[in-house]
Amino acid sequence: MTIMEGANRLEVRDLQVRLVGRPGDVVDQISFSVRAGEIFGLVGESGSGKTTLALALLGYTRRGLKITRGSIYLDGKDILALDAAGLREVRGSKIAYVPQDPSASLNPALRIGHQIRELLSAHPEVTDNVEGRMVEVLREVNLDPDSGILRRFPHQLSGGQQQRVALAMAFACRSSVIVLDEPTTGLDVTTQRHVLETVKTLCAAYGVAAIYVSHDLAVVGGLVSHVGVMYAGRLVEVGQTEGVFASPMHPYSQGLLGAIPSPDRAEVLWGIPGQPPRPGSRPVGCSFAARCPEAIELCLREDPLPIEIGERQVRCIRVTDRKSFSVRVRNSRAQIIPSSEPPLLEVRALSTAYGQTKVLHGVDLNVPNESCTAIVGESGSGKTTLARCVVGLHGSFDGSILFDGDEMNKSARRRNSSQLQRIQYVFQNPYTSLNPRKTISQILSQPLEHFMRLTSSDRAERISRVLDEVSLGSAVGRRFPDELSGGERQRVAIARAIIVEPRLLVCDEVTSALDVSVQAVIVELLRRLQKERQLSMLFITHNLALVRSIAQNVVVVSHGRVVEAGTVQDVLERPQDPYTIRLMQDIPKLNSVASALPQSSS
Amino acid sequence: MATVNHGSNSRIARFRRSQWIELVVRAAHTRRGKIGLIISGIVAVIAFLGPLVAPHSSLSFIGIPFSPASASMPLGGDILGRDVLSRVLDGGWLLLLMALGATAFGIVLGGVAGMAAAYLRGRSDSIIMRTVDVMLAFPALVFVLLLVSLVGPKLWLIMMAVGLVHAPAVARVLRSATLDVSERDYVRAVELQGVKSWKIMRQEILPNLVSPLMVEIGLRLTYSIVIMAGLAFLGFGQPPPSPNWGYMIQENRIGLSANSLAVIAPAALIALFTIGTNTFTDAVARVAIGLERSSGSSEDEVQASDVRLGTGVN
Repeated sequence: MTIMEGANRLEVRDLQVRLVGRPGDVVDQISFSVRAGEIFGLVGESGSGKTTLALALLGYTRRGLKITRGSIYLDGKDILALDAAGLREVRGSKIAYVPQDPSASLNPALRIGHQIRELLSAHPEVTDNVEGRMVEVLREVNLDPDSGILRRFPHQLSGGQQQRVALAMAFACRSSVIVLDEPTTGLDVTTQRHVLETVKTLCAAYGVAAIYVSHDLAVVGGLVSHVGVMYAGRLVEVGQTEGVFASPMHPYSQGLLGAIPSPDRAEVLWGIPGQPPRPGSRPVGCSFAARCPEAIELCLREDPLPIEIGERQVRCIRVTDRKSFSVRVRNSRAQIIPSSEPPLLEVRALSTAYGQTKVLHGVDLNVPNESCTAIVGESGSGKTTLARCVVGLHGSFDGSILFDGDEMNKSARRRNSSQLQRIQYVFQNPYTSLNPRKTISQILSQPLEHFMRLTSSDRAERISRVLDEVSLGSAVGRRFPDELSGGERQRVAIARAIIVEPRLLVCDEVTSALDVSVQAVIVELLRRLQKERQLSMLFITHNLALVRSIAQNVVVVSHGRVVEAGTVQDVLERPQDPYTIRLMQDIPKLNSVASALPQSSS
Repeated sequence: MATVNHGSNSRIARFRRSQWIELVVRAAHTRRGKIGLIISGIVAVIAFLGPLVAPHSSLSFIGIPFSPASASMPLGGDILGRDVLSRVLDGGWLLLLMALGATAFGIVLGGVAGMAAAYLRGRSDSIIMRTVDVMLAFPALVFVLLLVSLVGPKLWLIMMAVGLVHAPAVARVLRSATLDVSERDYVRAVELQGVKSWKIMRQEILPNLVSPLMVEIGLRLTYSIVIMAGLAFLGFGQPPPSPNWGYMIQENRIGLSANSLAVIAPAALIALFTIGTNTFTDAVARVAIGLERSSGSSEDEVQASDVRLGTGVN
């Protein structure tokens, strides 16, 4: 480990955040330090406590939470010892925060210039030349201060520009520490790469210690020098990024890395079975033991302490006696040769508009029998609209959709029952696609009652069979959706689609609301179901990397036009269209991390 | 794989099966709910059991007009020398029953109209909501008086008329609640099967409107009583000899200085009942908000999913 100039800018010691009025902690035993110019990555899945920790670094907690132990040294001074006025002084000027969603954090009623000026005037000691600093900091985040951006309102900026403004505000006071909480989650890959590069350059230039919180390991991999993996409110593995990503030691880190799809190889994805404990209810012993493939009986009893191995800290009692630290070997997958039969679904010259805005321009598309076609595109490319046209939710379009050789009516309301039954749709967000007032078996029996005449015992049998098929078990039938995790809900949604034995399954971004480890499980489930049930599938995603794991054919959509289509192998390995080429380049890739941190190439 | 154990599953499941009842039970367990329930409960007991325990007939003349309180007439006499206590005990049950009836009529009519407007959209929405606007333009009491003076002071008509006055406001509230629910994907999912609209409204949407409906019922009940008592005060209630809290205030107010209890007693009961129902409704509303928050998913999960979805994913 190279010694960098200066000491730790931020040092966290034994930090704990508890629930108020209830037993249990959300974040516990957190210790790490960040030096000037370094970026520390904080990685974890939803509910792991990473956002709580990020906010706690500023001495702040959400309602119902309280920092109960530990200290946070900012340039040697413990900020948790400060009173409210002292904290206010420090926040914004010494330690800054970039929130997840810039559109929600910028005041929609105030001009951009006003908001930056407000921040600088709250900390008059920072600079005498407020206007000069504003221009300077906007240039640093690659926004042109002469373009009139200061007079604009937040809604007049794109998502990427908004996030740049948020970055400018974080860097405006030349803080020592900046906490970035998933700042690129809502952005498309190209914008994301530009924002990440800006963060990296600025941190190095001003000696800022940054904490970068993310659920996306691939993003973190290209950016940070050190990484901490969070699970159930604790850091389970801390170390240099290259080391952790090349040879993760904690079984959870290994699982997480194994779950990430790669655009370069067709592989079986490994998810992590089960689900993490809820915040505030960590079990006795190792919190990961229940899901850990390596767990022994001792793991369930003994609370693991961090063990130091070289520069790495790992919270696993078995880390010293387990031999191999490499990521699980992945099986590559045989490509299915496309059949020469006529396609099951044919979309011809489909065009549609929302009001005056044209969304799709003459899209042609085939889904061959018993194979999976992926539609890939960035947000706003019209891919979801295309899916909605296919299932009949978007009733007004030009062009035609042929299913099994027959032209279908444009609106679902006017399609016949057998067409409706043979095409099933799985929604993007499992949190809104299941009626919260119905039990799982009520939800599943609804389409059965509608499409099939069955006795109630036949229905019950079918329901329990389909629940087994999606690996939920029939006991889930009595539960309500809010008693299930996101991944489990999405399985229920898939079960609802396949229970009526469709021929075509349309999956609209079905994993985008889920964690990577859960995403892997769902993708594998879909792949298995497709093979076993000889389904055809239309898989819509913004994630080019996922395509490799599930589809045989791919259609790349940009601004409502198909820019490239073909087999997955052809398109991903030899992309022809400049748009596809750029997409492939901008995907944050894990394997580029191990060798060297990627430099901007284009 | 896929083991969920958050404990108390069976309790939650039982709750959802009869959520209407459970919402009320939960509200009754809060402090606010208890106070509201006790106050309105006392008034309800007086109104419905009162006729059975009244010391005198409510129609017989037993003292001099506006005689002050005495041992045989604890609340004194009224304008015709009848026992005020007996008249108070006997004068509430019909008022409350009519208020309940009017509430039920208004909620059903307004609820169906509001749901249909929001879910069917288009022309149905315009027709229903413009009708609602026109009805809202009439002052409530004037509207009822108009109807009653056209047809005559029939009890059923008064009940229907008061219900009709409630319907537009209920329709508006339910329309906005339905708009929110009908945008959800679980409604889309059922639409994609070609299920009929009325069935979707009944099976998918209605169960998600329990909370706003319960609050509306409570509010409308309170208003019903006020309007009913007001109408009785103006003489549109039961025909005169039979007692009615609202009309008692009217007929006895000339003797306010001689026996103020003849006015205060019925007025106090009306006031107490509306305060009670209003407080209880408030408790229901608060519990409903709490449930809404705890159902769905935990805050973190929602936030996490929102984050994943980002802002621009179409």
